[in-house]
Amino acid sequence: MTPLLEIADLHVRIGSSHILQGIGFAVAPKGVTAVLGRNGAGKTTTLKAVLGIVPKTGTVRLDGEEISGLPTHAIVRRGLGYAPEDRNVFAGLAVTENLRLAERGRGPHRYDLVYEMFPELRQRGAQRAGTLSGGQQQMVAIGRTLLNDNRMLLVDEPTKGLAPKIVTEVADVLERAAREVPILLVEQNLALVRRIADHVVVIEQGAVVHTGKADSLLSDPDLTRELLGVA
Amino acid sequence: MSNIVLLALTGLGLGALYFLIASGLSLIFGLADVLNFAHGLFLAVGAYGTWWSSTHLGLGFVPAVVFGVLAGTATAVLVEMLLIRPLYRRTIEQVLVTVGLSLAGVALLQAAFGADPLTFPRPEWATGTTRILGAIVPNDRFLLIGAAVVVLAAIQVFLRRTRFGLIVRAGVEDRTMVTALGINVRTAFTLVFAIGGAAAALAGALAGVYFGNVSPGQGTSLLIFAFIVVVIGGMGSVTGSAVAAVLVGLVQQFTSFYAAAGVGEASVVLLLAVVLLARPGGLAGRAA
Repeated sequence: MTPLLEIADLHVRIGSSHILQGIGFAVAPKGVTAVLGRNGAGKTTTLKAVLGIVPKTGTVRLDGEEISGLPTHAIVRRGLGYAPEDRNVFAGLAVTENLRLAERGRGPHRYDLVYEMFPELRQRGAQRAGTLSGGQQQMVAIGRTLLNDNRMLLVDEPTKGLAPKIVTEVADVLERAAREVPILLVEQNLALVRRIADHVVVIEQGAVVHTGKADSLLSDPDLTRELLGVA
Repeated sequence: MSNIVLLALTGLGLGALYFLIASGLSLIFGLADVLNFAHGLFLAVGAYGTWWSSTHLGLGFVPAVVFGVLAGTATAVLVEMLLIRPLYRRTIEQVLVTVGLSLAGVALLQAAFGADPLTFPRPEWATGTTRILGAIVPNDRFLLIGAAVVVLAAIQVFLRRTRFGLIVRAGVEDRTMVTALGINVRTAFTLVFAIGGAAAALAGALAGVYFGNVSPGQGTSLLIFAFIVVVIGGMGSVTGSAVAAVLVGLVQQFTSFYAAAGVGEASVVLLLAVVLLARPGGLAGRAA
């Protein structure tokens, strides 16, 4: 299967820190690929580097096209939807304005899908996003990525800080979304990874130390403990 | 009573002038994080453009103001595209360039039009007065206040009703996330420079009416008060700037009249200190 996203020799240096030290892996054109690793390993930086949010060197190919030299907005317009860690909703804008801002091109924009998955967003359309709960803000963040016909979603720790009930809802949404569009997921919640991920990439101190099927890693407690420090 | 009415309307007129300058400064800083010390140049270009087109092309007041505003807008767009754009995220270089441009602009205007103030071609109705509650109020105050209200309303419509306005409001909060949604925020930067340049150029033309003359350093001296207005109002908030401009204009007028000349300026600085102590982010700005 030809990978949709290929990353090779990716380096990120911020100040004197060499955060990504030659990261390389490929993302399949369907299903969920989870990026795992301990805190500070470079998972979030990897997503930001793919999107050009942080300065980097190396190669990033989307469906064979080299995109590493493009500005962030041009990379996203090639079909990458991004739901960042901490959601980054626009607190002073209404929910509908947050969604409208994410519209790309002339559409059609899939409001029906977004409101079907998150009916609460329709009810709270006029509410300022900054007054939403963490779970509701995550709905906005994921909703923005589902609005357009993306080729891949990059989702960074979507369950961070959420109540268990909301975690289940987010997992349901991601599982459903993954049937239509591949997802590159950064996640610490192994139960969620076990449930929805097909492949895993493990990063340690800015380098890839393991790639493979999610089942193979997570069904091996010794390997999981060795790579992630938990079982 | 008549003194209070006159001082209030004159203070509101002065505040309107400050708002016209500050609104653009605030938008530019809020979205692009650029402290634009060259903003006074846009004002001066608007003032001289209005003066020149009126005296040399024989345009009436309104067409001359339109000419001046277009000249100021074009200057702002060129400055953004040629000088600021290569320096985004390089704050120190931006400050150096805009300060340098401000100084060079004054020198260029002196070379072109002379250092002495030039009599500004005021329309006849603006030189008249209107009696309100016993006070004889110069008509130019109403012109300034009216123009500021129209500009404030137009900016609010732009920010609330257009996609570019939505991008500007979002960009003021989190510029990186706006680009991560696939939006080229640089286009919005150019647009806010154009809007800021137009408002400042209009302020230049109306300052000419208010003061009766135009001089090369007028933009620079008014810019100081506009910066104070932006800080009091809250960086990035146009509504905050409007409220702050009214406060600054009124405080300056009343203290100048009831205390002594020069106290007005000092009281504005005191107002700035009090607001910053009470609300470090300004009246309506982002949290400090």
